[in-house]
Amino acid sequence: MSISYDMYQEQILDHYKHPRNKGPLAGASKNARDSNPLCGDEVVLHLKVDGSDRIAEVKFEGQGCAISQASASMLTTIVKGMPLAEAGGLGRDAVLKKLGIPLSAVRLKCALLSLHVLKLAIGQKADVGT
Amino acid sequence: MAKPAKVLLNVPAIKADFPILQRTVRDKRLVYLDSAATSQKPKQVIDATSDFYSRYNANVHRAIYELGEESTREYEGAREKVAAFIQAKSAMEIVFTKSTTESINVVAYGYGLKGKIEKGDEILGTVMEHHSNHVPWHFVKDHKGAVLKYVDVNDDGTLKMEQYDALLTNRTKIVTVTLCSNVLGTINPVKEIAKRAHEVGAICVVDAAQAAPHMPIDVQSLDADFLAFSGHKMLGPTGIGVLYGKPDLLEATEPLLGGGEMIREVHLGWAKWNDVPYKFEGGTPNIAGAIGLGVAVDYLTTIGMDAVRGHEMEVTEYALEKLARLKGVQTYGPRDVTKRAGVVSFTIDGAHPHDIASILDVEGICVRSGHHCAQPLMERFNLPATARASFYVYNDLDDVDALVAGIKKVQEVFA
Ligand SMILES: Cc1ncc(COP(=O)(O)O)c(C=O)c1O
Repeated sequence: MSISYDMYQEQILDHYKHPRNKGPLAGASKNARDSNPLCGDEVVLHLKVDGSDRIAEVKFEGQGCAISQASASMLTTIVKGMPLAEAGGLGRDAVLKKLGIPLSAVRLKCALLSLHVLKLAIGQKADVGT
Repeated sequence: MAKPAKVLLNVPAIKADFPILQRTVRDKRLVYLDSAATSQKPKQVIDATSDFYSRYNANVHRAIYELGEESTREYEGAREKVAAFIQAKSAMEIVFTKSTTESINVVAYGYGLKGKIEKGDEILGTVMEHHSNHVPWHFVKDHKGAVLKYVDVNDDGTLKMEQYDALLTNRTKIVTVTLCSNVLGTINPVKEIAKRAHEVGAICVVDAAQAAPHMPIDVQSLDADFLAFSGHKMLGPTGIGVLYGKPDLLEATEPLLGGGEMIREVHLGWAKWNDVPYKFEGGTPNIAGAIGLGVAVDYLTTIGMDAVRGHEMEVTEYALEKLARLKGVQTYGPRDVTKRAGVVSFTIDGAHPHDIASILDVEGICVRSGHHCAQPLMERFNLPATARASFYVYNDLDDVDALVAGIKKVQEVFA
């Protein structure tokens, strides 16, 4: 595939078509939802935190473009098992590095939606600078 | 209008007038299919605006000197051209605004909110309106206690006219409707809608943003009370719009902007307003924009609006046929091109509209994706978003073929 289709490289399509950790999570202690008003992309995150303040389980639900949904899927794999405090401190680069593609300003909003929702779930002031 | 015999415009000749269509995007030919958002501009329009700045820039209606005479003559000349374009009786029925959005706000504020609407009066809209024909009426509801009601659409994208009849009562004061949907392409029977509105004593406000660029408009025959459109969607510059109004209704409408230009005399604490249409044009207007719009009107008139409409029916018919043959692709709105304009919303199984637009962009094809500022309509069809291709005088069947090839690429990526 030509270089210009980079945005839809195998990794991203794989997470989009076969999302990891997708679905509801019974007994989740932290939940948050947000949408991108421009395009209607939606991400819901559910977290289960264990006794030592680690994210024991994480699930996401949502709908939207490949970038928003793949990044949500990737984010769940990043934070699973992570101490809550560390997850709360994740910056945008953590997600963007994992996506590994250059994004236009509009698509950046899609890519960072799930990180924004994670911060909401953890109860932090959500500002990931989109 | 019935579908005329197959006639296509001389698109290569038209394209040659549009400098931007000579450029490439990532080494690909630019295929511009987003004219419903904003049209491209022919060099005649671009030259007219730069001519104004380089040859006779001066404020209008005030300067005594020659430059001011020229700018005023051109500005008012543009008003005459716009009046003739929509068959208004006089240029005094044409108000220059910055956009359709501003035009509708002038009516909602000056006729509705500050004017004729009382608590309990009903304003009847439709679910297929653009946000700019929803939100101004929300203001009237919030500030005056008006009751808002909406006519639904059928699954084929046409308005439920029997529901319109049922919702229309003698409490209805304003009926507001788009002449052409920016999502479905539906051309609404506005003449009939206005007639029935008048029978119960309501006025009819028409959003012609998607209609004025693409089909002949006759405000007399429609019997529209107010009609709004934007220059930038009809080959003209951005920042110039039009509000047509019947003279007595413009008279009864309060201005939105107070300031210079719109007054006859000003004293401490009170002022006398200028005559219609000037009372609505507070402040220095968009002179270059109006002049550019006048030239856009000339350009369209030279082609002929019947020919524009006929061409777009051909291109749309071709596009609908081609897309119908693609498995996993859905289109929305009426199938009969005599009932719709060249706005084609579509979805592709398994691919989000944003991803469709991104991949088409790689191919140099510009389409819109999202809710198209029509969220209530998207909810009605239970769609989070669609992709949308829209056609104009500079699009031909090759552009449709490029779109079809692009859609196949999208399907490959998401297979
Ligand atoms: C049907 C319709 N109405 C109103 C508008 C608003 O036009 P503008 O943004 O020029 O005010 C649009 C533009 O997208 C439209 O398609």
